[in-house]
Amino acid sequence: MLVNNQEKPSDDVWDDLKDRARTLIQKLEDGDFKGASSAIEELNEARDRSIYLEVGKLTRGLHDAIVNFDIGQPMEGEEDASKMTNAQDRLDYVIQLTGSSADKTMDMVEEGIPLASEIKEKAIALREDWARLLRREMNPDEFRELYHSIDEFLGFAADGSGQLNDKFNTILLAQDFQDLTGQVIKKVISLVQEVEERLVELMRVAGQIEELTGIVRSGDRTEKRLVKGLDSEAEGPQINAENRDDVVSGQDNVDDLLSSLGF
Amino acid sequence: MNKDMKILIVDDFSTMRRIIKNLLRDLGFTNTAEADDGATALPMLQNGNFDFLVTDWNMPGMTGIELLRAVRADARLKNMPILMVTAEAKRDQIIEAAQAGVNGYVVKPFTAAVLKEKIEKIFERVGG
Repeated sequence: MLVNNQEKPSDDVWDDLKDRARTLIQKLEDGDFKGASSAIEELNEARDRSIYLEVGKLTRGLHDAIVNFDIGQPMEGEEDASKMTNAQDRLDYVIQLTGSSADKTMDMVEEGIPLASEIKEKAIALREDWARLLRREMNPDEFRELYHSIDEFLGFAADGSGQLNDKFNTILLAQDFQDLTGQVIKKVISLVQEVEERLVELMRVAGQIEELTGIVRSGDRTEKRLVKGLDSEAEGPQINAENRDDVVSGQDNVDDLLSSLGF
Repeated sequence: MNKDMKILIVDDFSTMRRIIKNLLRDLGFTNTAEADDGATALPMLQNGNFDFLVTDWNMPGMTGIELLRAVRADARLKNMPILMVTAEAKRDQIIEAAQAGVNGYVVKPFTAAVLKEKIEKIFERVGG
């Protein structure tokens, strides 16, 4: 981690420069041109040495910052995966897990709906027969059939409801993805924060090197202009629609926008 | 609006394709096919006699807006009714899709009622 934030070189170099400057002035006042020339050379050497020293410190700082990034470095206990690869794997896992939970839930729903419908239809049919019975419209044979239908229906409803219950429980359990993916995502969030911190540090180190060696890059300070191509940039689902004014916040907004433009 | 019409559902997430397919089936449309990207969808449209296209925006190969433009640029396909069903909610994008010729725009998350209403509206306008 880089510690030296000063713009001046360290104190002994400073003193060294001052001493050599005094020597130079002395030589000049003595009229010793040759001596003055040597003094100037020594002054330059002292300055150069101090620059090399500082650049050395900074490059070491840069090196350390990069090593701390762990890019390409395997994580503990994993042979081939860097932290970055690990993060990508984790997010793939989230996609996988949410996908299979969704499929499981939909399977249960697709099986459950027809079952529920059948219970309903049988109940309706039975009720009609029962109504006929109450209106005394049934003959003994039909009554015997009804006797059996009721028994059959009760069995079917009990059994079917039991199955629906099981399916509901399966759906409930399939929501476990939220907890598992939540944990995984939290880990990735902390990795991203770490990467951001390292990047900021790298930028600072790079900035210091530029200052020390006098490198000034033209146009560097200008803001990056987003080049707007033919298509506006797709952003995916909006999570904070209320805080933005270039985003609609629901289907009604979409409809209003389109009709206001004559579409 | 013919309940037997052939519909192509395009989205890179199989979960969403399944949801839309089920919703369409509940509305009586059982003649559906699926594609997972604009790039695979376009040849299917060109060779397949589809009557209606439902597409997402964000897809890795060819996006929905690119698919929309390609369909409108194809002589045989240019009049196909197209519904976009997407999470993209920026005003600029909605306008862009409308200008490129989309017939309806549904933002996710959406309800079955909204999907039904938009489909009916499209076919009212298109006239059958």
